Amino acid sequence: MNKEELKIRLAELCPSAVLEEGGEWTTAVIDPAGWDGFAQQLRSAEGLEFDYLFCVTAVDWKTHFMMVYHLTSTVHRHTLVIKAKLDHECPVIRSVADIWRTAEFHEREAFDLMGVEFTGHPDLRRLFMTDDWRGWPLRKDYDDPVNMIKL
Amino acid sequence: MGGARDEIKTMIEEIGTTEQGDLVINVGPQHPSTHGVLHLVITLNGETIKKVEPHLGYIHRSIEKMCESLSYRQFIYVTSRMDYLSSHINNHGCALCVEKGLQIEVPPRAKVTRVLMDELTRLASHQLWWGAMAMDVGALTPFFHAFREREAINDIMEETCGARLTMNYMVPGGVMADIHPDFQKRVKEFLRFFRTKIDEYDELVTGNIIFKSRMKGVGYISPEDAISYGCTGPTARGSGVSCDIRKLYPYEVYGEVQFEEIKETGGDCFARYLVRMREMRQSVSIIEQLIDNIPEGEFQAKTKAVLKLPKGEFYSRVETARGEFGVYIISEGGTTPYRIKFRSPGFSNLSALDHMARGHKIGDLVAIMGTLDLVIPDIDR
Amino acid sequence: MKAVTMLSIENITQSIDAWLNRSFSPTVVVLVESLIIGLCAIALFAVLGLVLVLMERKVSAYMQIRLGPNRVGPGGSLQTVADTLKLAMKEGLTPDGADKFLFNLAPYIVIVVAMLILAPMAFARGTQIWDLNIGVLYISAVSSLSVIGILMAGWASNNKYSLLGAMRSGAQIVSYELSAGISVISIVVLTGSLRISDIIASQQDGWWLFKGHIPAVISFVIFIIAVTAETNRAPFDLAEAESELTAGFHTEYSGMKFALFFLAEYVNIFIVCGIAATLFLGGWMPLHIGHWAGFNRVMDYIPSSLWFMGKTFFLIFVIMWFRWTFPRLRIDQLLNLEWKYLLPISLLNLLFMTLIAIEGWYF
Repeated sequence: MNKEELKIRLAELCPSAVLEEGGEWTTAVIDPAGWDGFAQQLRSAEGLEFDYLFCVTAVDWKTHFMMVYHLTSTVHRHTLVIKAKLDHECPVIRSVADIWRTAEFHEREAFDLMGVEFTGHPDLRRLFMTDDWRGWPLRKDYDDPVNMIKL
Repeated sequence: MGGARDEIKTMIEEIGTTEQGDLVINVGPQHPSTHGVLHLVITLNGETIKKVEPHLGYIHRSIEKMCESLSYRQFIYVTSRMDYLSSHINNHGCALCVEKGLQIEVPPRAKVTRVLMDELTRLASHQLWWGAMAMDVGALTPFFHAFREREAINDIMEETCGARLTMNYMVPGGVMADIHPDFQKRVKEFLRFFRTKIDEYDELVTGNIIFKSRMKGVGYISPEDAISYGCTGPTARGSGVSCDIRKLYPYEVYGEVQFEEIKETGGDCFARYLVRMREMRQSVSIIEQLIDNIPEGEFQAKTKAVLKLPKGEFYSRVETARGEFGVYIISEGGTTPYRIKFRSPGFSNLSALDHMARGHKIGDLVAIMGTLDLVIPDIDR
Repeated sequence: MKAVTMLSIENITQSIDAWLNRSFSPTVVVLVESLIIGLCAIALFAVLGLVLVLMERKVSAYMQIRLGPNRVGPGGSLQTVADTLKLAMKEGLTPDGADKFLFNLAPYIVIVVAMLILAPMAFARGTQIWDLNIGVLYISAVSSLSVIGILMAGWASNNKYSLLGAMRSGAQIVSYELSAGISVISIVVLTGSLRISDIIASQQDGWWLFKGHIPAVISFVIFIIAVTAETNRAPFDLAEAESELTAGFHTEYSGMKFALFFLAEYVNIFIVCGIAATLFLGGWMPLHIGHWAGFNRVMDYIPSSLWFMGKTFFLIFVIMWFRWTFPRLRIDQLLNLEWKYLLPISLLNLLFMTLIAIEGWYF
């Protein structure tokens, strides 16, 4: 499907999605509450079949968090970018590790470095930092006087 | 977080025995077999593996955070230190992303030079993989042969780029310096020597019955699982998944060069092994097609000294020796990126290790890790 | 047809024996001779260790496009001396929870077994320490005892990896002894005697490898594979697979005890190649072809000790060649090979050989 058809289909599946313009691929911003059913639909719906989640990013925008999921379909060869806006004090979103197995590691990384909590994740622990690390290193307000060197 | 203390306690107690009487052992982080500092916690029942859990972070250098304070010209070279065996290709991916953002047109000479360097790097990376893989399985001699080939490639790189491992050669807009006058001659000499060697390697290792029995039927992953785990590169192509970025989303001159995407349907270690061996032949063929036709002209497009990407998001992907390397830049219009995410191929390939290794023996684990071709700095970033 | 020169070993031993008998009483003679033989055995071990370790390093180096040791001594020949000196001066560490008695005993068992097997071996014409009437059986029986040393080492080390390695090694050795033993028996069938000197004498008109044609060749091949497995050499070196279990059953050993294990491995290789040379290639018997008297007399001019050493070292080279060419077999593939392939083939071969021996269908 090309960008236009995808946009129409998205609007059908998730009416509350806000489409962003100007990107290389179709980009939609959704409400995290609706992510659960929507993700299932993206994975299995006829004509969509986004089976390959190739990038999961957590971005700290200081007033809110944004989870960015890059999806593509190996069957239809179209690409989609889904963004979910999360609350800054309490960033929670449902995990998609059961739909796309690659998300298991990616979400652990997002939890470790940004502090985003994924409900329903089989094993949410820190990945890179040591288990007793305090704080979320990749956040913009993270300060570590011992280890960080400011230029 | 509150539960952190309890978590450490459970982790330490875990290294011992579980309730079912299974043995829990550590493999690594220092071990002659893992390629880099990979720490695996393996639950064994006798000699059969029940669970493999990778513990990462031993070489985590917070590259993504570092890049937030580096300029667009500077951040490219930290990626050399990520997957150091495909350093050119990683740099290439970053340069492509910056060029996408600034809409820079790369001159043809630079495009061909970049592709030549990429393919030479791919050859060097696969050579090291082949030597290390044979060594893990027990055949110690191929390691020396592989490194002899790598030396030849490193010498060629050193003449042009000045370095042998982390070649900081790509810049947004082209390459840093023109190729050495002897480059074509040396590459042709190398190819003449190397083409005979690949046949020799096939005879020595691929055709060996002991080697085949160590690799066939081991570490199977189905194509659906490969896609679900996000595997790319030879790991996925060994299961028949078509995912070569050079074919699907051609960049630079890959659209104009004749080469095949190598796929096998076996899904096991031997299939992945064959994919890489055949990829080496394809790389040789690409280099042969390009080496005589390097166009004249500029090796670098004219760009401003200080680069500022416009506000927005840019994603570009390249095919490294391990799979798809993605660079995702979120820019707020300043001289440094707001957020960079590097989608490294090893990260997703590693997540499939548990799935592949269950039910096999420890000797098979080594073979599986060999065919996944893990470079840990790439995973940890 | 014996070419006995002034300096042949037979002459030397006989003259020493005669002199001792003239000078001392019989008991003292026995004691002195035992002492001399003991010293010779230890000296042989030392020299063998030196030569074989260096040979391995040089052979592997040339196969891997490099030079190997070439600095210590002319052409690197004193490298092993330097290595042994280093090992002797290292701190011998005993791990904390290790069973001290067994830990210290294990390397000595392995070395003693290697020395015991030296007794019935014939190094040259008339040079045999003990020509007992069950020579071959004695060798097979005593070589099985080395498993005890290995299992002891693995258990006493108090280390998961050592235990795994020792268990694997034990299973491997015990399995491959069967095929090796049956190959040996097939030659005994042809000779009709277990005595080593009889076996060698029966090869006066040609080596069993050629006289026994097909079944002898099959036996030879199976024997070589089986002894490579018994001495824990690649491609059957799972017990010490460097890239998997660090060093297997001798992980925790350091210093002189490790040197003993190391030495014992190479001496074992020499011994099993010596046995293969004795059984299949005639031991110290020169290459004779049937009754070609002229050819045989020419062959006799080369001293018998040279024949024996030449054959043994050729087989050692072949075994070293295996190590640097083939990848390693997994433990289940290894045991598969033995129980499902080598054992049935060697049993059938034995039957075939018996048939041939009874009917006289050999040269």
